[in-house]
Amino acid sequence: MQIFPCPFCGPRDETEFHYVGEPKARPEPAGSVSDAEWAGYLWFNANPKGETREIWLHLTCMEMFAMSRDTATNAVVASEASARPAS
Amino acid sequence: MTSVRLPTGGAVDRGRPLAFTFDGKPYLGFTGDSIASALLANGVRIVGRSFKYHRPRGIWAAWTEEPNAIVDVARDGKTIPNLRATTEPLANDITVRSVNAAPTAAADRAALIDRLAPVLPAGFYYKTFLWPRWETFEGSIRAMAGLGRVDPNNRPPADNPQFNARCDLLVVGAGPAGLAAAGAAARAGRIVFLIDDHAEIGGQFVHRGGAIEGGDWRNWARGVARAVEAAGGRVMARTTAYGVYDGNLVCAWERRMAEPDALWRIRPQKIVIAAGAIERPLIVPDNDRPGVMSADAALVYLKRYAVLVGKRVVVATNNDSAYAVAEALTEAGAQVELVDSRASGPACSLPVTHGAAIEGVIGNRSVEAVRIGERTRDCDTLLLSGGWSPTVHLYAQARGRLRYDETRAALVPTGGVEGLSVAGAANGAFTLADALREGHAAGGGEVAGPNAAAGQYAIQATWPKADDQGRRWIDFQNDVTLKDVALAAREGYISLEHLKRYTMLGMATDQGKTANVNAIAAMAALTGRTIDETGTTTYRPPFAPIPMGVIAGRRRGALVNPLRRLPLEAAHRADGAQMREYGGWLRPAWYGPHDPERAIEREAARARDAVALFDGSSLGKIEIIGPDAAALADFHSYNRLSTLKPGRIRYGFVLQETGVVFDDGVTLRLAEDRFLVSCSSGHTDAVRVRLELWRQDRFDARRIAIHDTTAQWATLIVTGPRSRDLIEACGLDVALDDQSLPHMAFATAMFERGPLRIARVSFTGDRSYELSVPASRAGRLRARLAEKLPAFGGGLLGLEALMMLRAEKGFIVIGKDTDGTTMPHDLGVTGPRDLRADEYIGKRALSMPVAGDPRRKQLVGLSVAGGDAPLPTGAHVVIREGRARRSQGYVTSSYFSPSLGRPIALGLIEAGLSRIGETVGVYHLGAERRATIANPVALDPEGKRLHA
Repeated sequence: MQIFPCPFCGPRDETEFHYVGEPKARPEPAGSVSDAEWAGYLWFNANPKGETREIWLHLTCMEMFAMSRDTATNAVVASEASARPAS
Repeated sequence: MTSVRLPTGGAVDRGRPLAFTFDGKPYLGFTGDSIASALLANGVRIVGRSFKYHRPRGIWAAWTEEPNAIVDVARDGKTIPNLRATTEPLANDITVRSVNAAPTAAADRAALIDRLAPVLPAGFYYKTFLWPRWETFEGSIRAMAGLGRVDPNNRPPADNPQFNARCDLLVVGAGPAGLAAAGAAARAGRIVFLIDDHAEIGGQFVHRGGAIEGGDWRNWARGVARAVEAAGGRVMARTTAYGVYDGNLVCAWERRMAEPDALWRIRPQKIVIAAGAIERPLIVPDNDRPGVMSADAALVYLKRYAVLVGKRVVVATNNDSAYAVAEALTEAGAQVELVDSRASGPACSLPVTHGAAIEGVIGNRSVEAVRIGERTRDCDTLLLSGGWSPTVHLYAQARGRLRYDETRAALVPTGGVEGLSVAGAANGAFTLADALREGHAAGGGEVAGPNAAAGQYAIQATWPKADDQGRRWIDFQNDVTLKDVALAAREGYISLEHLKRYTMLGMATDQGKTANVNAIAAMAALTGRTIDETGTTTYRPPFAPIPMGVIAGRRRGALVNPLRRLPLEAAHRADGAQMREYGGWLRPAWYGPHDPERAIEREAARARDAVALFDGSSLGKIEIIGPDAAALADFHSYNRLSTLKPGRIRYGFVLQETGVVFDDGVTLRLAEDRFLVSCSSGHTDAVRVRLELWRQDRFDARRIAIHDTTAQWATLIVTGPRSRDLIEACGLDVALDDQSLPHMAFATAMFERGPLRIARVSFTGDRSYELSVPASRAGRLRARLAEKLPAFGGGLLGLEALMMLRAEKGFIVIGKDTDGTTMPHDLGVTGPRDLRADEYIGKRALSMPVAGDPRRKQLVGLSVAGGDAPLPTGAHVVIREGRARRSQGYVTSSYFSPSLGRPIALGLIEAGLSRIGETVGVYHLGAERRATIANPVALDPEGKRLHA
């Protein structure tokens, strides 16, 4: 079991976290998105070996954040509160 | 009797004898004995039978690596199988039985199997897969295979605690190196956990002795323990560190004296592995005979337990460490001869034959003599020391690499694991002074460490050779000989991972602790490669067998996946509810002690004819609150919700981005800036996560809040043609006429000085009212409603009858009547897809090519003739394609409808919506029936009952 750093709560057990996915922009509007683009959004991931940036949700505080970690060594490099759309 | 207890010495308490039986015979041992030492003290030589050939086996080792002495131990009528007699403390009144032998290890009926050895080579049962037939042999192979007997009555309580701990330094192994490391770190003020699997600290000091700074090692070790505890650390004996996991998490099993065993999850800043080393056998012919033992083990039995393992002993070695064993046994009264394969060895007063090896072991059930070159020497015990294999398991689990060191004839760590170092014999430092120096350095010690005499250790490797003759055991526990390794090499299984799977070498419960290094060397010799080129197998946790209960901890039975409970559970039970699990909730399935089928039919009939009361508290109640709530509600849902007026309710779906229906349910608009999403009971947590993710990712999170109020509210549903009459009779302060409260609207009122919400939505197709109050008032509301039920001919309604009622109406349950491909248009709902211009989750997917596939499965009804039995749920709708059947879908829900007096069913069927009226085959368990595709709404298709 790994320890992940929540930017709001600090280091916590991995069982408290939910993996959301790789950061991706949702292709919109639907009318101008090709089949291939939408399939790419749904199903295609970079899934790199090595350092990667992922979106996670800390289920106990329900805050979403970005975590940079190494998929080969499982070392966590950084975690940061995600940028929020401005009002 | 070859092995005996000595009158003095050892760490056993002769004043506290313990009685036990082994294979039915009574024996006495002492407090402080292991089962193995007590057996040896009683002269017991055959303790088990080998796994495959049923050869008699004696005790080889004195600790975890034991391959032969595997026993079932019964105490207080409960049996624990497959314990190692060498690590299990003796206890009073235990019944010990050998495994893999019948009736006893000494007189095993299957002993003749050994004569068949020439036709049972490695992998013989794999070969029966090819020829002649595995099935011919399966029965007898399965009957012969396996070890101990599982006791079905032994269901230990789920009382093993699991502790989490952090420390600066974790030291695994409290021998010389571990003690030196722990002492150095603790004296520098660091928090140290020092753990050892023995009952006392000291490691090899305990049987080999040693002086530190010229004084007794015990004084020094006690000083280290005191320093560790003074610095805030822990000294944990009887604790096995069995696994290293991600981020250097170490798991350990602590055997506690008066309390249940515990699991420790320790997260140290740094780890020192000082786990010592394990002595290897020499691979000589018939080296598995009872009476052949590890030389170091013989010293352990002598020093710890005062057991002399033999009277006439031959000690065969290729290294210096066995000399001390020979001298100690001589001193204890044995007649000892040393056979050293090297041309010379340390100075020794005993007779030593140099440059010779054991060429044969004579004696079937016990060692009677050995052949040394041309000479035969009578003896009762043969001790073997083939050198030492560092206990690198935890280091290797942490992905540490090994290299072969010829001068030490050992696979030693190369280092390079972050936060983890290896010291002492585990690192190939086989002398006391080297072990202390390495331990001291690994613990961060500066200047000089603890001082001991230099000591000496030399070895000349004697690995198995390609042309070695005779049956020479490499893996005692799984009965793998050098010939089997040669066969594997000949058949192409030269990778160690293949060798292991083909011959089962190293796959027994001892995990090849005494076998693997010899096997690597044998394969290297057979294939002309170096040991480094041959490689190693993968080391995986656990290091030693760990009780499953310790790993499970308290997460057993009902606590594996705790069910959610209704606030009204006690009231339901008082009314005879039979509780079952639905979507993670424990809910009333039906009421009454009688035949469930009749109870369910009666409940359903009453609900249709009069009125029924049903607990809907498990339905999700997630609020979306704030000025931008409507925008999020719209984006989240397939159906538009911003157009809903406050006070009104809308039914709809939420989709995944793939367009697949994820959940269904109603949404209430509580106010302009407040929605209540009533999702399926089992989907509440997931819907809440979805809402949170999109709130934070897409919207101004400060203008929306998500609040799950499911647990705060209880919901009671009154349904049936007389539902309104019943509620009116309850005197609630709310107008119930259809003008004030039409279908898909809600009203609020007060109940017992708290809020009450009455919503008109229907899961049965009948006029229904959902009454929600704070959970604290649920009991009083239920009592008020239930009290009136008899007056209106009504009754309680459980989940089973409700499921039938909703199926009559074609109302779906997501995940039952839909699957992982169902899109809203497969359920006949196309409005939002065709009309909504704005974005919502899943929108784009609804125009992907797959969404327009004409063979998509669609929800339809299936009807059969009135007198027929209901279709089986899960049965396939099939068509003939040539001589074969092809599935076009399946039955998702099926019941006998008491209201209609005939079976009804729902199914997902290819292009079903355009095939209404078509007769199809329905195939189940070899039989095919006919059914007609129908409208999914079997009862009241016009929906008149909603307003009746």
